[in-house]
Amino acid sequence: MTATGLPARRRLPASDLTRLATIGLRTRKLRAALSALGIAIGVAAIVAVLGLSASSQAGLLAEINQLGTNLLTATDGQSVTGGVVELPTAAPAMIGRIGGVQQVQSIGIVNGASAYRNPHIPTAETNGLTVQAASVGLLEALATGVAQGHYLNAATAREPVAVLGATTARLLGIDRIYPGERIWVGTQWFYVTGILNPAVLASDIDTSVLVGYPAAEKYLSFDGHPSTVYLRAQNERVDAVDNLLAGTANPEDPSGVNISQPSAALVAQADAKGAFDGLFLGLGAVALLVGAVGVANIMIISVLERRSEIGLRRALGATKGHIRTQFLSEAVLLGLLGGVLGVAVGAAATSIYAHTKHWATVIPTDAWAGGIAASLLIGALAGLIPAVRAARLSPTRALWSV
Amino acid sequence: MSHVPPPISESAALVARDGAALGDAEAPVLDVDRVTKTYPGEPPVKALREASLTIGPGELVGIVGPSGSGKTTLLQLMGTLDRPTSGRVRITGLDVATMADDDVAYLRATRIGFIFQQFFLAEHSTALDNVADGLLYAGIPVGQRRERALDALQLVGLADRPHARPTQLSGGQRQRVAIARALVGRPAIVLADEPTGNLDQATGQSILDLVGQLHQAGSTIVVITHDHAIAERMPRKIEILDGRIVADTRTASPDPS
Repeated sequence: MTATGLPARRRLPASDLTRLATIGLRTRKLRAALSALGIAIGVAAIVAVLGLSASSQAGLLAEINQLGTNLLTATDGQSVTGGVVELPTAAPAMIGRIGGVQQVQSIGIVNGASAYRNPHIPTAETNGLTVQAASVGLLEALATGVAQGHYLNAATAREPVAVLGATTARLLGIDRIYPGERIWVGTQWFYVTGILNPAVLASDIDTSVLVGYPAAEKYLSFDGHPSTVYLRAQNERVDAVDNLLAGTANPEDPSGVNISQPSAALVAQADAKGAFDGLFLGLGAVALLVGAVGVANIMIISVLERRSEIGLRRALGATKGHIRTQFLSEAVLLGLLGGVLGVAVGAAATSIYAHTKHWATVIPTDAWAGGIAASLLIGALAGLIPAVRAARLSPTRALWSV
Repeated sequence: MSHVPPPISESAALVARDGAALGDAEAPVLDVDRVTKTYPGEPPVKALREASLTIGPGELVGIVGPSGSGKTTLLQLMGTLDRPTSGRVRITGLDVATMADDDVAYLRATRIGFIFQQFFLAEHSTALDNVADGLLYAGIPVGQRRERALDALQLVGLADRPHARPTQLSGGQRQRVAIARALVGRPAIVLADEPTGNLDQATGQSILDLVGQLHQAGSTIVVITHDHAIAERMPRKIEILDGRIVADTRTASPDPS
């Protein structure tokens, strides 16, 4: 209560405050746009970096889902003494009898055999390729296919015929299939009938030369032990199958079997890829800082230029608080303008890039909400000093000195 | 007084009905009592020395003095834009010295209208919005502000150009908009600082005629000028020299026009 009976607190309604806060923006459009630009660039960079990493992650996850998450693998393990525990020859058939298993395929590493372009290549230059025996239904189980030519079938699996993984073909310098194309495997020629697409769920296939089981036994003295069994389980029974797998694959030594779910590893990789690029985030933060300085600069100039307006408003009855609020609101509005613009640009950039990559566009809520919040905060901080200076300006000096 | 302060809408309504609802209705509109203003410096400048004057409701007063006489300082103190070094300024009986800054601001919003030599209009706003801004800080809703701004524009003869921007108006018209802004809150007193200073002779004359009409209609107006010829035409002339009031004369003819 004041002694005069005048009301103590008088705040302007939001509509009036909005009108006052936009005076600077309306009368000096270019200047407002330029000062908001710094903040816009910073926010755009941050939103785009976060959006791109989230979108690429979403793209990977979508790809993984498309490949199926119900693929399990059982591979040779190690015994307690460090030796390799081979899967029994009967493992694929046994696994096939687990309830819920839909497909069982296998590959077996052919020890002692290497593949070369021709017999004149020194034996040491193996290119790190492995020769593996593969079952004829392998590609369906891995949800991959041939890039060129044909995969093995029941007939060619018995003959000296090879199919090359994607990387293998490149390393051997074979980029297309023509009749009579052949490579030197072990001690004899094998005809090449196909080149595979990259196998996302089983990337070791990419560096393999695949031959049929019967052919491997016949021409490469393969012992018939599978080294990896691939199986597809019904989606809702993947966990149950997983639990039974080791014991079924090698009843004598269940601990000597490695069980894995390739899609799970890929999901973990995708999550790791989602980690954003620190450098670009840092650049965004620097742009935000520069933007803040720009807004503060513009507001200080604005307060100097608008001395007479400030004086007039005081004469019309504005309190110091009214003036402070007006200029602070203007700075916050500039920040918000930059923030909204930045989110729009960042989202557009993300969307365009994601579109070219056929990913779904994902803008994390944290990114755009955080961008807007940061720009509001920056506007408020940048406007604080100018607003306080405007409020402190004495009305007589504002009105009577030029 | 110990009652709870009225909420904004109520006080606004009080002001709308009667400009002197708060404070003492019997008191003079403006009472300057032995006011001294010293500006710090080496040596300190004594702009006003024990100046006293009282202005009653409905008066039209010309305050005249050469530059440096302290007339602008007097206007600033009368308008509560500055506080005196010593002495008292009372507006409608309210002693400014006892009031907080925010209350003095509200006093300006509701009791005092200003007219400046340089008009001080917002160029991006229409005449109507410029006038309506005179009520912005009095806590009056925007609809009412516009309505009353239109009335005020009518009062100054600009009812036909409410949507013109100041840049589209002549100097005289701009000053009329500024006068409408000063009057729109029906203030207890209007303080005009060299209102014709930026206008040519004929236009200045028409503004002074308008001031005379507003006085006839009941407004209390103080005109500060360096021009004796202007002050001469006011019903009451106060002369100021070196920070002192040296003459206070009332002429027989109350009509300046």
